[in-house]
Amino acid sequence: MIELLAQTGLNSLYAAAYLSLVAVGLVLIFGVMGVINFAHGELFMLGAYVVVALYSGFGVPYILVAAIGLIFVGCIGILMEFTIFRPLRDSPLGGLVASIGFLLIAQALVSMGFGVRMEHVPPVTQEVIVFSEKVRLPLQRLFVILAAVMFLSLLWIFLRRTRFGWALRASAQDAEAAALQGISIRQTSLIAMFVGAGLAGIAGVLTAPLISVGPHMGHAVIVAAFIVIIVGGIGSLEGAIVASVAYAFIHTIVTTFWDGVIADITGLSLMLLVLIVRPTGLFGTTDRA
Amino acid sequence: MPSQLTRAGLWLLLICMLLAVPHGLSFSQQEILVFLTINVLVVTSYRLLALTGEWSLGHVVIMGVGAYASALASKELGIAVPVAMITGALTAALVAFGLSYPLFRMKGFYFLIGSFAAGEIIRLLWKRFRDPFGGPKGIKKIEPMPDFDIVIWRFDFFEPVSYYYFCLVVVGLSLWIMWRIEKSPLGLTFHAIHWQDKLAESAGINVRAYKTLAFVIASGFSGLAGALLAHYIGTINPNSFDLEQMVFVLTWTIVGGTATFFGPILGCAALVILNEIVLREFGFEQGRPLIYGFVLILSVLFLPRGLEGLLQDFTGALRGRGRQGSRQ
Repeated sequence: MIELLAQTGLNSLYAAAYLSLVAVGLVLIFGVMGVINFAHGELFMLGAYVVVALYSGFGVPYILVAAIGLIFVGCIGILMEFTIFRPLRDSPLGGLVASIGFLLIAQALVSMGFGVRMEHVPPVTQEVIVFSEKVRLPLQRLFVILAAVMFLSLLWIFLRRTRFGWALRASAQDAEAAALQGISIRQTSLIAMFVGAGLAGIAGVLTAPLISVGPHMGHAVIVAAFIVIIVGGIGSLEGAIVASVAYAFIHTIVTTFWDGVIADITGLSLMLLVLIVRPTGLFGTTDRA
Repeated sequence: MPSQLTRAGLWLLLICMLLAVPHGLSFSQQEILVFLTINVLVVTSYRLLALTGEWSLGHVVIMGVGAYASALASKELGIAVPVAMITGALTAALVAFGLSYPLFRMKGFYFLIGSFAAGEIIRLLWKRFRDPFGGPKGIKKIEPMPDFDIVIWRFDFFEPVSYYYFCLVVVGLSLWIMWRIEKSPLGLTFHAIHWQDKLAESAGINVRAYKTLAFVIASGFSGLAGALLAHYIGTINPNSFDLEQMVFVLTWTIVGGTATFFGPILGCAALVILNEIVLREFGFEQGRPLIYGFVLILSVLFLPRGLEGLLQDFTGALRGRGRQGSRQ
């Protein structure tokens, strides 16, 4: 039983790692621009397809692929900012609907380029850390966990210690006041979009060798990310991380003892419950709706 | 204003056109016409909810509830198909009533996300419970409409033309009911809730009760559309009612515009016709999501009032009134 729990803990740590990367990006974009990016799961998917194209396709070294994935998906984020979020700044619902349009385009383009079948990326490393008979952690999963910790720490330093981060937090709190202080809203939006999208992209790059990659893989990710940001309190980065860990743990346990679909239903019901009982989320303070 | 007589004449012309349309088309185009007719009911019912200012992402799943309920009622319980369809519509309305309790505690995009979550839960339940929902493969071999004769015309419902006429009657009747609702004091209340919910509330209107009413009515008609679809195509599964379908409905509604009753119908017809004529002609059918994505973004960006806005500008210009006056 202890072993089973330990294994479940490791599995959920891995799930929490990539989920929090996606969710934190989503929250960052919401905080600065006030819009929910429905296509965030597709940014994750694009990151995974960078691995399919470069790593399985051309054998580019994995670490280089990771860097390219981060920058490429970050630039897609900038593209979204320019084309849809900036013109629709005054209508958050319009921005959300337009991002759904972007979701369709991304899925369709990837389906045309790569086909709709599932791709399997060759494993980067086959090594497994064996704690005991029943408790093992594949090295790639450890990579994901470590990378998530690293990127989230970098993000924290960026937000707390640099001028850009300071500007970002200021415009998340009050865009108008920030603009009066000489902070360029355009610039902070671009940075938020690049960082948010890049984090989703790197999550896709990291998990691609561990899961099957397909044009519609973003759906499960965005559903999980929605649950996490609603439960954690939309707009709260810490809440998103804590909720990711909690959700991943619950989801993994339910999957282990019942099955995956029941786990999804549990997660969604939890989210509905939070929406009913405490719409600001468990960690949120202000109601922005 | 056109006189009573010209009005009646126009309606007669429209009905004759609708009756004549399928006879000039190929078999596959006739089938598309059936789907188009059903989708007109979906978008119109979607607009009824949008009247109160809430945008749902669960409408297609509710349509699926109607489809599943109707299919199961006829298949498992042996209920006659027309009665099963009504059962489907009522089930959808009932499910919506149950969902309205949690959902209308939210508004704006909390409602949007909440309705999405609720829809996903229903879809996952279909997927998970093989008995009675058939799991991921869904329900197959759903009873078709039984044939019947009216004087000389034999209604064989495997024929798209016959089913089209049947849908025309059902959808026409439903549209008429929704039209009456919108023009009644009830419809005016919906509008009031959309534009001034706080004011409406302070004027003694129970906003939540009216929103629930709009949601239940809209869902009932959406369920009816689902039932019409299920007994025509004969097989449904959880993926028939997924987010992509929802996005299509959203696109039709937004492209058409929601200010008038006919906006979403216009959007639906225009996009389906564009889709079927242009894309099929060029053998680019897989490109449908791509085109819809672009159309959705472009219309949000450049056509905030939808096609109906364009049409109003156009007719306004013809009457020499220019652009103003048609704005909400």
